[in-house]
Amino acid sequence: MLLFLEQCLNGLQLGLLLFLLAAGLTLIFGIMDLVNLAHGSFYMIGAYFAATFTALTGNFIFSAIAAFAATLLVGMVVEVIAMRRLYGRDHLDHVLGTFGLILFFNELVRLVWGPAGMNVPLPEWLNGHFPILPGIEYPTYRLAIILVTLAVALFLYILVMRTRIGMLIRAGATNREMVGALGVNINLLYTLVFGLGAALAGLAGLMQAPILTVQIGMGENILILAFVVIIIGGIGSIRGAFIAALLVGLIDTVGRSFLPDILRLLLSGRSASAIAPAISSMLIYLLMAVVLVLRPEGLFPVSNK
Amino acid sequence: MTALLTPRNLVLAVLLIFLALLPVYAAVSGNVFLVILFTRIIILAMAATSLNLIMGYGGMVSFGHAVYIGLGGYAVGILAQEGFPSGFVQWPVALLVSAFASLIIGALCLRTRGLYFIMITLAFAQLLYYVAVGLDRYGGDDGLTIYSRSEFADLINTSSKTQFYYLCLALLLAVIGLTWRIINSRFGLVVQGSRSNDRRMRAIGFPTFRYRLTCFVIAGTICGLAGALLANHTEFVSPAMMHWTRSGDLIVMVVLGGMGSLFGPLIGAVALLVLEETLSSITEYWQIILGPLLLLVVLFARGGIDGLLAKVRA
Repeated sequence: MLLFLEQCLNGLQLGLLLFLLAAGLTLIFGIMDLVNLAHGSFYMIGAYFAATFTALTGNFIFSAIAAFAATLLVGMVVEVIAMRRLYGRDHLDHVLGTFGLILFFNELVRLVWGPAGMNVPLPEWLNGHFPILPGIEYPTYRLAIILVTLAVALFLYILVMRTRIGMLIRAGATNREMVGALGVNINLLYTLVFGLGAALAGLAGLMQAPILTVQIGMGENILILAFVVIIIGGIGSIRGAFIAALLVGLIDTVGRSFLPDILRLLLSGRSASAIAPAISSMLIYLLMAVVLVLRPEGLFPVSNK
Repeated sequence: MTALLTPRNLVLAVLLIFLALLPVYAAVSGNVFLVILFTRIIILAMAATSLNLIMGYGGMVSFGHAVYIGLGGYAVGILAQEGFPSGFVQWPVALLVSAFASLIIGALCLRTRGLYFIMITLAFAQLLYYVAVGLDRYGGDDGLTIYSRSEFADLINTSSKTQFYYLCLALLLAVIGLTWRIINSRFGLVVQGSRSNDRRMRAIGFPTFRYRLTCFVIAGTICGLAGALLANHTEFVSPAMMHWTRSGDLIVMVVLGGMGSLFGPLIGAVALLVLEETLSSITEYWQIILGPLLLLVVLFARGGIDGLLAKVRA
């Protein structure tokens, strides 16, 4: 029971991180109609920035904020230099172009930071355990991730639903030409949205940095998960991305920790432990396939045809 | 009448002559590596051609096409392991397995469109990827070494590099020829019509789902053949053959060469892999050049290399 609760919290944490990536992806797709395979690169870059700044200053919180700002800047520069020219093109052109960007960023990181991975040490006060219920402890840092991402999700909701910029973003998603015709600087808006999406991915990356090893290619695997999330949620829907992210995070984490035991009840010990990792990796793809077969437009389809 | 001697046809003719004479050059110069490299290029060009059939002509962007390479490869690998070295058994099984898999995957995926189709094909590819990882008996994550290539009695010796090269080249040309026949047939026209406007095609009475599914299965089967060839070429199969980045590579080849063009995938495969090979011999950090180069092709060469060639006036 204790383990189950802990795994649920881990799943929640993974889901919320995925939401950070998926929110950026789905915003960028919903508004600019751009398929951005290079989104995982911002995740990686955020983590590398955080690692460097922590090594330089020794202050994790300051480094995290600096890394967030730096990724925002990188995202906006990439938008101005490259992405801007891809709007209105075929989705396949986006796939090829941003695939090129992945290669570029991976190699750039190898050039700047070297091929070896980096580790980020946690400050003392985040490194311990925190009693969430009497007798139940949970790592403080993971709890902090959950709280920060929840705050960001709330901020995003307020930004998109309650502010003027959010109104423009929503309007841009519905009818781009009309917003431009009404005198809104659509180029600036796009640059901001792209930068925001990149920074959110960077935030996910820098928060994962102390848990995982910061390494080249760390963005690719999580990118696929983020795509799974926005597909299940319905492309362009932030609410859908939120729910799908939690679903994927929980199913993946809980599946990985309990499926081997369940399989062991059904099969002989040796074959169970051999196939369990493979089957638990399959779970979320199975989920996506089932969702798409039943609801070809995702759980929360956005209707703005 | 269209001119026969356009720059595009010239480039194509040079490329084909080059491919046909390559083993001769390799034998004279003693550079065996070239034959090995180009065998690989030709096999991947075949896979890319099959992807082009559904993606370029049918508008079905499969992001999981490498899965059939894996299935074809594993069919050969597993049969070799279990004591069936004959190519007359291995290859038909490879084709049947990929055909069957693409029938199931296609039937489920073709209900969706656009980005959803891209992602659901990816999902199925990932599922089968993890099946391969879980194949404990056949090496799991580490892959499976094939100790003898497919045997075709006295017909052809697949262990001879030159014979195998020409076998692959002949099969590639046959596949391109088949694609040409398909896209100009009534069947192919229906598929292409459904790409432009599926609703209208259905309104005038074509059950387009069946046409698209058949096209999807044909492409999957051809790609399974490419997989059987690749397994023979590398004498090794592993889940990495069907990793999603492999599927991405195939899409890149098609788009780079020219989508919806008969020879585009071949040009794209040659361009991408030769570029990789040359750049990586110049600098360790070759991807930093290749990446922006791909972006430039997207920005300034719509329709890929083939589209660029078609625009050049003689």
